[in-house]
Amino acid sequence: MSNDHNHPHNAPPDPRLEKHTSPEQTHALEDRVKALESLLTQKGLVATQTLDKMVDLYENDLGPINGAKVVARAWVDPAYKQRLLSNATAAIEELGFGGLQGEHMVVVENTPATHNVVVCTLCSCYPWPVLGLPPTWFKSAPYRSRVVIDPRGVIREFGLELDESIAIRVWDSSAEIRYMVLPERPSGTENMDEEELAELVTRDSMIGVTKVQLDTQQAA
Amino acid sequence: MNGPHDMGGMTCYGPVEREENESLFHARWEKRVFAMTMLSLGGIANLDEFRHAIERMDPVHYLSSSYYEHWLAALETLAVEKGVLTSEEIASGTLQNETGKPGEKPSPLPPEVVATVVRRGASAERDTGRLTPLFKPGDHVVARTINPTGHTRMPRYVRGKAGVIDRVHGTFLYPDTNAHGGDEQPQPLYSVCFAAQTLWGPDTPRRDRLYIDLWEDHLKSA
Repeated sequence: MSNDHNHPHNAPPDPRLEKHTSPEQTHALEDRVKALESLLTQKGLVATQTLDKMVDLYENDLGPINGAKVVARAWVDPAYKQRLLSNATAAIEELGFGGLQGEHMVVVENTPATHNVVVCTLCSCYPWPVLGLPPTWFKSAPYRSRVVIDPRGVIREFGLELDESIAIRVWDSSAEIRYMVLPERPSGTENMDEEELAELVTRDSMIGVTKVQLDTQQAA
Repeated sequence: MNGPHDMGGMTCYGPVEREENESLFHARWEKRVFAMTMLSLGGIANLDEFRHAIERMDPVHYLSSSYYEHWLAALETLAVEKGVLTSEEIASGTLQNETGKPGEKPSPLPPEVVATVVRRGASAERDTGRLTPLFKPGDHVVARTINPTGHTRMPRYVRGKAGVIDRVHGTFLYPDTNAHGGDEQPQPLYSVCFAAQTLWGPDTPRRDRLYIDLWEDHLKSA
């Protein structure tokens, strides 16, 4: 396929598509959600402090740092890497991570010849124990719809150019299996220890839309 | 159902918009919806019923609302459908009549168990049902052409297409039936590999592949 196919990649974002919530809409949603919380509390289904604790856990205890530790371990320990690629759930559990939305993990390895990228086209399935909650773009229509049909075009929007000699594998998370990418270890990191390596590993590289860079670390 | 959620392969939504240093939640209400769903859904409905409730949203509302608005809409829909709340109660924010004896009210989870519940997870794998896989890695299969009006986890873009079994994940509950009242019908779950050219045509790079998880009832021998 030529690189100049006619998908409207350069069209401006559609203003009708999600996330541009007006102050009025936000206000109405705050009221609606407060009312629902009050009702569910009175019904005995939730308790305020338990809700606070749930939010706190995902805001502070879970995030891509967990996945980064898994990747760094795999880079320095070939036996661990083999276990990670053959039984990811158990290997991730070795580092103390697992649970909701990561009960069954598969880790796929990027190589110079193969690049993996993860999506959930039908909703927004994502490996929470290792990456935390997903960024908005992962849940958005542009990503979910297009990365399966035009992975190079989408990945290019993240600043990574992959030519057609590289085989792209797109993983659509349609079941309760959760996927994470093991990115390539960048050259020039031979003298770095596991902790230093983990600091290089970005969330986006574990989704598969970027590579791990030694110098220019992407945000997130 | 063939709804707007089944968007794999569409090219009409423009570029991927990213927010630098995005915070986990964008408003207080998002935090509350997230936590309420996480903690109350188990007492109301299963995860597949939840996904299907999102899919049943008005299509225009689905495409024009944010992710946690989808969760909120589904939570309200299921609370009403399962008899937990009435639509009048949701509209007014006030319980109309407290039925049941005081002792029958469930007691909510206390904060100290949250970490344990999250860490334990909730596996969809089962050791009952159809345990022996019909297919093995390397087998050629075809994704059935189906257009169910209910829930399905087989998106339109693979239906009718030929692929190869990549791996067998085990026996998992079947969302297509579980979304309708909790009929689990556990059966083998496979990772199926499709050539991108099979899905998208001859102009697609030859080496590219698409892997997707499909259940045995989605597949037939090629």
